[in-house]
Amino acid sequence: MDSTLQSLIDIVDQIHVSNRQEELFIYSFDLGTAEPRRPDYVVSPDSAEQVQKILRLANRKKIPVVPLGGGLSLAGLAVPLHGGIIIDLKRMDRIIEVNEKARYAVLECGVSQAQLTSYLERHHPHLTHSEPGAPPAATIAGNLMIHGQGDLAQPYGFNSDLVNGLEVVLPTGEICRFGSCAIGSGWFTNHPLPDMNIFLGWYGITGIITKLSIRLFPAKRLRGTGQFVVDNEELVPEILFKLTHTQMAEDIIAYSRAIPPFSDGLQHFTVNIAADSEKELEWKQEIIWDDTLGDYIRNGDGAYLGFTAGLERPQISKTSDYKKGGGFEYVGSIMPVEKYPECYRTGREISERHNIPYTVTGRCIGAAHSMMFAWTYAFNRADPDTIRHAREALHETDDIVMKLGGVIWKPGIYGQKLILERLDPVTRELMKKIRNLLDPNGIMNPGNWEVNDANG
Amino acid sequence: MPMAEFPYKDLIHRCFRCGYCKFPSNWMDVNNCPPYARFRMETYSCGGRLWLTRAWLNAQLEWTEHLAEILYSCTTCRNCEIKCPLRFNVDIVNMVVAARSEMVEAGRLPSAVKSFLENVELHGNPYGASRAKRDVWAAGQGIEHYNGQEYLLYAGCTGSYDTRAQKSTIELAQILRKAGISFGILGTDENCDGNEVLKLGEEGLFEALAEENTALFKKLGIQRIITLSPHAFNAFKNHYPQYGGNFTVFHYTQILSDLIKSKILKPDKKNNVRVSYHDPCFLGRWNNEYETPREILKGIPGIELVEMEKNRDSALCCGGGAGNFQIDLLGGSKDSPSRRRVREAAATGADILAVACPKCLIMLEDAVKSEELEGSLKAMDIAEVLAEACRTESI
Repeated sequence: MDSTLQSLIDIVDQIHVSNRQEELFIYSFDLGTAEPRRPDYVVSPDSAEQVQKILRLANRKKIPVVPLGGGLSLAGLAVPLHGGIIIDLKRMDRIIEVNEKARYAVLECGVSQAQLTSYLERHHPHLTHSEPGAPPAATIAGNLMIHGQGDLAQPYGFNSDLVNGLEVVLPTGEICRFGSCAIGSGWFTNHPLPDMNIFLGWYGITGIITKLSIRLFPAKRLRGTGQFVVDNEELVPEILFKLTHTQMAEDIIAYSRAIPPFSDGLQHFTVNIAADSEKELEWKQEIIWDDTLGDYIRNGDGAYLGFTAGLERPQISKTSDYKKGGGFEYVGSIMPVEKYPECYRTGREISERHNIPYTVTGRCIGAAHSMMFAWTYAFNRADPDTIRHAREALHETDDIVMKLGGVIWKPGIYGQKLILERLDPVTRELMKKIRNLLDPNGIMNPGNWEVNDANG
Repeated sequence: MPMAEFPYKDLIHRCFRCGYCKFPSNWMDVNNCPPYARFRMETYSCGGRLWLTRAWLNAQLEWTEHLAEILYSCTTCRNCEIKCPLRFNVDIVNMVVAARSEMVEAGRLPSAVKSFLENVELHGNPYGASRAKRDVWAAGQGIEHYNGQEYLLYAGCTGSYDTRAQKSTIELAQILRKAGISFGILGTDENCDGNEVLKLGEEGLFEALAEENTALFKKLGIQRIITLSPHAFNAFKNHYPQYGGNFTVFHYTQILSDLIKSKILKPDKKNNVRVSYHDPCFLGRWNNEYETPREILKGIPGIELVEMEKNRDSALCCGGGAGNFQIDLLGGSKDSPSRRRVREAAATGADILAVACPKCLIMLEDAVKSEELEGSLKAMDIAEVLAEACRTESI
């Protein structure tokens, strides 16, 4: 038997290790437009110690390693560009601790967004977390690794800003802890120790997160979503600015899409509002819809579409069926809010040129400090031509993001190249030094964030 | 079969592999797809199966025993269909079954599946047991052979041959006798209903069974059928009409529930126990019958019905569907669905894990033993629970 395969089986077990064609095929794919690349092995460990042993093995044999969470980034970030070992981390899915008083949760890296949501609803109904719009199988650790945002991004910022501590297996196999947990004081804060925040946004290159503590927030008794619409995209930035000024919303999203056809060209807002009493809810609604947006309604520029009690869980997967084809990918960007109109117009133009129903979305991060603006392109997995169009549209959009002064969110290889070409040379060199220091054999998710001669 | 001839060629690529199919409704874990729960590799997820099927039909992958085992490990529990948010969800299981049909056509099957189908064809049951022994369970029970009674009691393969399931068949038959229900059995004339055969992709054999059974039922003048197994219930109710078999079909819980409501059965014996009910896939998700079995349990004095967190259309399959109670591609691990399920039942503090399916019964009773829960949790068929409660009553 292949000695690497045997070693992996010795570390984990027979069931959760494979080099058979079926596993290699399935794990070669991202769900977006990225070209598949076959790994040589797939392994699904159950503990940080097993991850540690796998990384030590990979270093000895100089085999590439690609960590995988929910596999839902859609940007090809866990495609094994140079083969090697895919480490599927989803078996490490224990919820280790929820601290009610200090409002945090300690989780293994394979815990899905949905699993935590459900656990809190069932056992700690006064607590919630910032849940992204991804499908429920997306992992919390995976979301941190790409600087994701959730439905509490408006009051609290990026999910990666909400980390209280990490356990990381370094590329060379050492298990390290960061934050208060590093001095045995529980997992309640990431500060005030010297900042060693070099793990988020690196796609696993600097280490594999195996445990994490994230902040939880009060879950109000009543939650719901109000809808507002305008027909002029130029109004969106000021509306977002005014809405964030109220500090009454949990989540603020502006979006526009071609389907259904009657909404084509309209700019919709969804505003999540939470309260502990009907009185509080009514008061917040009055401030938002009457005091803040009332003028738009009275002037005929906008309309209030009503309030729905309860939060409807996003079913983003439906986008994949726009072309009856099981696929979509989007370019996300972190963008100044004032850029919304240009983002909308360019996204629409690119989509129409590629015969794709347009879908654009902007989610407020912080008090309109920025927004995550996404351009979504559906494709038909069975039609190579639509995949090609989607890929071209994505690349064009990556270029647009840079031209508009934004930053590509969770960039794939093409977007990384654009960023690295523009990155401050000293910063770029520091990235290279950090990578070489932590991963001397270059085994960690190679092909991603590669600083080389081509980009400076 | 090239992709162009695959009956779901316009659908199969539409799976995005978003993963909703792995969850129960309350999202508490990703273990509600039995094969995925057992193996935790993406190949064994619903999306993995569909993507592999497509790759195989597109000649991107060769047939292997492993590929076949991945496809045959699906218990056709339909959790995926109910949780998938996309419009093609109603055909997810059909796509898996169609792929299996292609493997049957090609004669490329896992050995256990091949044996299952051969045994059904040769012996009329998947165990390879003699047809002559099909009525052994009824010996000395005073149960009549069908001879124009109002109902046929169809015991099915598991209820007829499996020694544990036989006990629930006997209890059911005796309750029906005590209640004065006019019924008979087919004894050695009974044949496999074919539900599992169909789900394993052997359409030809299913067709033969359906036609043969339908002809026999019609010849005997059978119009109303009571089934012990939800699998037979599903076959007779939903598939036999295509072969001219238009019978009025009842799962036995539907009959027992009516007998309690009409006070013909009076479960008077009070036994203070906590009971958790496991929804069989072919009664619940396939036939939307969730409440009748619970009504029976609620009607028994002393029973406290406690729900597992995953119940009704989110119940975790026992892992026995689509022949897996026999071909056993999901067994042998603490992660096996049956063992996961009994741990979920034990977590409720239940004394009894009640089932309404002989396949679930044997799967879960074995799992209780594997989990060493015999001292605290007992798997029982609802017929057995009700029979126990009726021991002292007089009709």
